[in-house]
Amino acid sequence: MSGPNTDYDPVEVDALKPEEVDAARDAALAAIAAAPDLDALKQVRIDHTGDRSALALANREIGALPPQARKEAGQRVGQARGAVSKALAQRQTVLEAEHEERMLVEETVDVTLPTDRVPAGARHPLTTGSELIADIFVAMGWEVAEGPVIEAEWLNFDALNLGPDHPARTMQDTFWTDPADNAMVLRTHTSPVQARTMLTRTPPIYVVCPGRVFRTDEYDATHSPVFHQVEGLAIDEGISMAHLKGTLDHFAAAMFGEGITTRFRPSFFPFTEPSAEVDLVCFVCRGARQVDGVECRTCRGEGWIEWGGCGVVNPRVLRACGVDSDRYSGFAFGMGIDRTLMFRHAIADLRDLFEGDVRFTTAFGSEL
Amino acid sequence: MKAPVSWIKDYVDLPGDVTTEQLAARLTALGLKLEAIESPGDQITGPLVLGRVISREPEPQKNGKTINWCQVDVGDANGTGEPQGIVCGAHNFDAGDLVVVVLPGAVLPGDFAIAARKTYGHVSAGMICSARELGLGEDHDGIIVLPADAGEPGQDAFDVLGLHDDVIEFEINPDRAYALSLRGVARDAALAYGVAFTDPADRTTPAANGDGHPVVLDDPEGCPLFVARVVEGFDPTAPTPDWMAQRLVQAGMRPISLAVDVTNYVMLEIGRPIHGYDADKLTGPIGVRRARAGERLTTLDGTDRALSEQDLVVTDESGIIGLGGVMGGEPTEISATTTRVLVEAAHWDATSMFRTGKRHKISSEAGKRNERGVDPTVTEAAADRVVELLVTHGGGLAAPGVTVVGAAPQPAAIVMPHDLPARITGIDIDAETAENALVAVGCLLGPDGYLPPPWRPDLLDPYDLVEEVARVVGYDQVPSVLPAPGAGRGLTRSQRLRRRVGRTLAGAGCVEVISFPFVGEAALDQLGLPAEDLRRHTVRLANPLSTEEPGYTTTLLPGLIKAATRNLGRGAPGVALFETGTVAFPVDRGPAPIFGVDWRPSEDDLAKLLDTLPRQPLHLAVVLAGERERAGWWGAGRETAWSDAVGIVRRLAGELGVEVEVRSAAHAPWHPGRCAEVLVGGADGDVSLGHAGELHPTVCRAFGLPPRSAAVEVDLDALLAAVAETVPGPEFSSYPLAKEDVALLVDATVTVAEVEDALRAGAGDLLESIRLFDVYTGEQVGEGKRSLAFALRFRAPDRTLTEDETSAARAAAVAVATERCGAVQR
Repeated sequence: MSGPNTDYDPVEVDALKPEEVDAARDAALAAIAAAPDLDALKQVRIDHTGDRSALALANREIGALPPQARKEAGQRVGQARGAVSKALAQRQTVLEAEHEERMLVEETVDVTLPTDRVPAGARHPLTTGSELIADIFVAMGWEVAEGPVIEAEWLNFDALNLGPDHPARTMQDTFWTDPADNAMVLRTHTSPVQARTMLTRTPPIYVVCPGRVFRTDEYDATHSPVFHQVEGLAIDEGISMAHLKGTLDHFAAAMFGEGITTRFRPSFFPFTEPSAEVDLVCFVCRGARQVDGVECRTCRGEGWIEWGGCGVVNPRVLRACGVDSDRYSGFAFGMGIDRTLMFRHAIADLRDLFEGDVRFTTAFGSEL
Repeated sequence: MKAPVSWIKDYVDLPGDVTTEQLAARLTALGLKLEAIESPGDQITGPLVLGRVISREPEPQKNGKTINWCQVDVGDANGTGEPQGIVCGAHNFDAGDLVVVVLPGAVLPGDFAIAARKTYGHVSAGMICSARELGLGEDHDGIIVLPADAGEPGQDAFDVLGLHDDVIEFEINPDRAYALSLRGVARDAALAYGVAFTDPADRTTPAANGDGHPVVLDDPEGCPLFVARVVEGFDPTAPTPDWMAQRLVQAGMRPISLAVDVTNYVMLEIGRPIHGYDADKLTGPIGVRRARAGERLTTLDGTDRALSEQDLVVTDESGIIGLGGVMGGEPTEISATTTRVLVEAAHWDATSMFRTGKRHKISSEAGKRNERGVDPTVTEAAADRVVELLVTHGGGLAAPGVTVVGAAPQPAAIVMPHDLPARITGIDIDAETAENALVAVGCLLGPDGYLPPPWRPDLLDPYDLVEEVARVVGYDQVPSVLPAPGAGRGLTRSQRLRRRVGRTLAGAGCVEVISFPFVGEAALDQLGLPAEDLRRHTVRLANPLSTEEPGYTTTLLPGLIKAATRNLGRGAPGVALFETGTVAFPVDRGPAPIFGVDWRPSEDDLAKLLDTLPRQPLHLAVVLAGERERAGWWGAGRETAWSDAVGIVRRLAGELGVEVEVRSAAHAPWHPGRCAEVLVGGADGDVSLGHAGELHPTVCRAFGLPPRSAAVEVDLDALLAAVAETVPGPEFSSYPLAKEDVALLVDATVTVAEVEDALRAGAGDLLESIRLFDVYTGEQVGEGKRSLAFALRFRAPDRTLTEDETSAARAAAVAVATERCGAVQR
C-alpha cells in the first residue's frame, strides 16, 4: 500500500487508471454472468469483491491520493464496485430461484405413500345416531333427559298405566332382578325417564330420552335383548295429536330428508290414549313402492316403514306423575334407534351393531 | 286373528268391487292391523274343475304299488265332452264320487305344470287333486272327495273349494278384544264402508227355565253369568261338515271332532269361548268358586296343577272339573263316546283369567279372549248357536232345560266434554261429528253420558272415547303442527362433555364398541378379581339370557376384551377399543316400593324408591392389544405398551381440563408392576377415578389376548364431576424464556412424579414448566440407579430474568430434589 502522496496525479497510479478500473469491472461482470451456480457465484464474489480483488485493491489506493484527486478516483471505483455488487445481487437472485426450482423437483415424493401409522378411531353409529337425534330436538328447543337402566318396577310399569294385570305387561318380556320381588327391572323402554321427568319438573316439558333398553328377545338379525330407544315427551297447555304429528314430521324430514313425512294408524299403548303407530314414507322409494321397476327392498313394496308408537299421554299417567291433567295435556312417542339406523344406513344384520367389529364401526367415522 | 273374507261377508254387505287389500287397509286404518293376507288360489292357474268318477280300474304294478286307471266326466271342460283318462294313486274314492280335476295346461302351487303324460302304460290327461297339492292343507292321505251336491262335472272348482277366499290375518291389540271374532271384524268392516252389519249373535234364545242342569255361582264377581244347555242323543261319530272344517283351518285351528269343532267355530264366530262337557260324566250340580288351598286339578292337556286360592274353578259333586274360562279337566272331557253334551257359556272376570293363565302358564284361544274381555251379552246366544250346530250336524235334540244363572255386568256411562275430541286430536271435530262417530261404534248417548257397547269393556274414560272418535273420523285427518316449546337450554354440560370424551378417544385411534352388559363368574375369574373385590358383587337377574352370565356387569372390560379378541381373531393386527357404559353395584337396601297410581307419590316416598336402586355409574374403558403403531415405509411398527393406556387417560384428562395424578398401584386385572391408579383432587381429598396400564399376563392368557395388552377403566361420572364449571383465563408473561436443563441421579425406586414434584416445589414461582426429556440407566450410573433429565423453563411475569436469578431457581429446585429424593446432580 502506498502512503499519502499529495503530489501524485491519480492517473499515475496504475490501479486507478480508468481503463484498469473498467477492465476489472468488466472482468467481474463477465465472471458473474458466467457463474453457473451459487457455489461458483460465491467464488466469483470472493475473486472480484474480496479483499484481494482488483477493485478492492484500487479502492484502497484512493486514500493515498491527494485530496483533489480522490473525488474523481473515488467516483470511478465506486461506480465500478456498485455495478459489480448489483450484478452479483441480481445473479444471486436468479441462481437462488433456479436452485429452489431444482430442489422442488428433486424433493418430489410419492404422496400416495400410506400415512396411517396409528389407524383411525371411530365412534359407534348408535352413539352418533343418538346424538344426531338429540340435536334435531335440541334445535327445536327440547332437552335431553336420562335415567338409570336398572329401574324400579313402579316407574317402568305402574306409573305408566301398566298395572300388574295389564295385558300389555306380558307383551314386554322383562328382565327382572333377583329376587323378582325386589320390584326392579332392566328398563323395558325409556318411558320411565319420562315418568322421572314429570315427577321432578313442572310443565312445560319437552324432552327426548335416548337410551339402552332390555327385553328377553331372541338375538337374531332383527331382534336383540339389548337395544336402544328414543322417546319424546311434550307436556304443555293445549297439546294435541296435531303437535305430535308436526313434531314427528319434522323429525322424519330432519333424519331422512325433506319430503319424508309420517302417517298414523290406530294402535294401543297403555301410556297413551289415543294411541297410534307411526309409519314413515319410505325414504328410498319415497312412497312409490318400487325402485327402477323392482319392488322397493327397503319397505318391501309397502311405500311406508313402521317407525314407532306414539299417542296422547294417558291422563292416568299424568296423575300418577303429579301433572295437573285438567290443565295440561301431552304427547309421547318412541322408536328404536337401532332399527332407525338399520334402515337409514341399510344395515342388514342388527348384530353388527353389537359385535364390535372395527370394520363395521369405522365405516361410519365419528359423526353421522 | 285370521279372518276369511267370505266369513266376514256373511255379516256385511261389502261393495262388490272391494279387494281384499283395500278391505285390509281400511280395517288397519280403524285399528285392526294387517299382519298378512293369504290367497291360496293365487298360485293356481286353471283349468281346475269338478269331475265325476265314471270308473276306477285298480292296476297292480311290478313295484308293488296299485294305481287306478280312471275315467272321469269333466263335462265340456276338456273341450271334447269325452271322459278324461287319468291315472290316480289314491284309493279313497270310487265311481260316482265328485272329485277335483286339474287338466293339462294348468299350474299348481310350486310351479307344478300339468300336462298329459305317459305313465304306467296309460296317457294320464291331468290329475285328481289332494288338498295338499292345491295348497289347502297338509292332508295328502287321499284325494278330495266333495259332497255329491257340491256342483256339476266341468264346473270351475275355485269357488267350490274356496280358492278365491282370501284370509286376512290381523294383529289384534289388547284393547280390541272384540276383533278376536268374525263378529267384531265384520262390525268394523261395516263401519269402514258405512254399510249394514248383521250380528251373528242377534238370535232369539229360549228363555231360562228350571229344567236345566243346576248351576250354583259362589263368586259372582269372578263369574257373574253362567249358561248351561244340553244336547241329548248326539252322534259322536258324526263328521264335521267340510265348510266348517275349512273355515277352522282358514282361521288357523285344527279340526278335531264335531263337538270340539262346533265350540271353536262359535268362539270364532261370536267371540265367546265355550266349554263342552260329557254330561253323563257330571255328577250333581255345577258350581263355580275360587279354589281352596291345596286343591289340584289335572287339566285337559294332562298336566296336574296345584291350584291357587285366586283361581276360579268349576266343580260338581266329584270335585273340581275345570279351571273356569281357561281349561277343562280330563274326567269330564268330551270323548268319542259322548252322546250327551253339556254346553257351558259363561262370563268370566278378565283379571282373574289373566292371572290364572299367567300363573299356570296356559295360553289358549279361550283364555286369550276371556282375559281381554268378552261381550257378556252374547253368552246365551253363543250357547244357543252351539246347540243349533250340534243338533244340525250331530243329530240329537236340544234338551228343553235352559240354565241361565246370574246376569251380564253393566258398563258404566262415560261423560266426555263435547270439545275433548277436537282438543286432543287437533282435528276440527264438532259435537255432532263426535256423537255420530261414537254411535257408529256402538255407544249409546244417555242422560249420564255415553254408554259403551257391551263388547267394548276397554272403554272406561273420556280419552278412550276420543280414540274411538279419532279412528272413525280417521287418523289421517290429524293436521301437522309444530309445537312452540320456547327457548331450551340445550345439552347439559355432562352431555356435551361425554361427546367430547368419545371424540377424544376416537381421535386417539380408538374404536367405540357397544356390548351386552351381562357378566358371569367365569369372566370375573378370568379377570383375576379377588374374592372380596366389589366388582364380584353384581346385580343378579332373575331370568338372565344365559345362566352363565346372570349378573349386570360391574366392569366394561369383559365385553371389550371379547370384542378385541374377536377382531384379532378376524385378522386385525391390533385393536384399540373403547366403550362408555353403565355398570351397576347393588346397594342391598331391599325391594323398590310400589306405589298407587291415583296420585303422585310424596317426595319422601320417591326418595326411598331411588335409594333402593343399584348405584349405576357411567364407566369408560379402553382395551388395547397387538400392534399399536403399524410398521410401514417409515420404519418398524410398535406393539401396545402400558404407556399407551396411561397416555390415553392423561390425554382425556387434558382435553377435559382436569388435572389428574397418577400413582402406581396393584389392582386386578392389571400387571401389578405396570398399573397406574388415576386420581383427581377433590374437596374431601383425592378421589380415585380408576386404573390404567398393562394387563396381567395371566389375564391376557385367560382371554386369549396377546401379551402386553393394555387397558383402562375409569368412573366417567367421577371424571366429569372433576371438570371445572368455569375456567378463569390464565395470566401469562411475554418476557423472554430462560431454559435450564438438569440431570439427576436417583435410586431406581424413586418415581419421576416424586422427583418432578420436588423440583417444582424447589423452583418456586418463576418455574413455568417442567418436563422429563430423558431417562438413562446403565453402567455409567451404576446398578439400581437411573438418571433423569428434566427441562426446566423459567419466566417472570414482569421482567427479563437475569442469569443469577435463573441459576438460583435451578439450584433451589435441585436442592429440594436432593433433600426429598436423594437426587445427585450429574
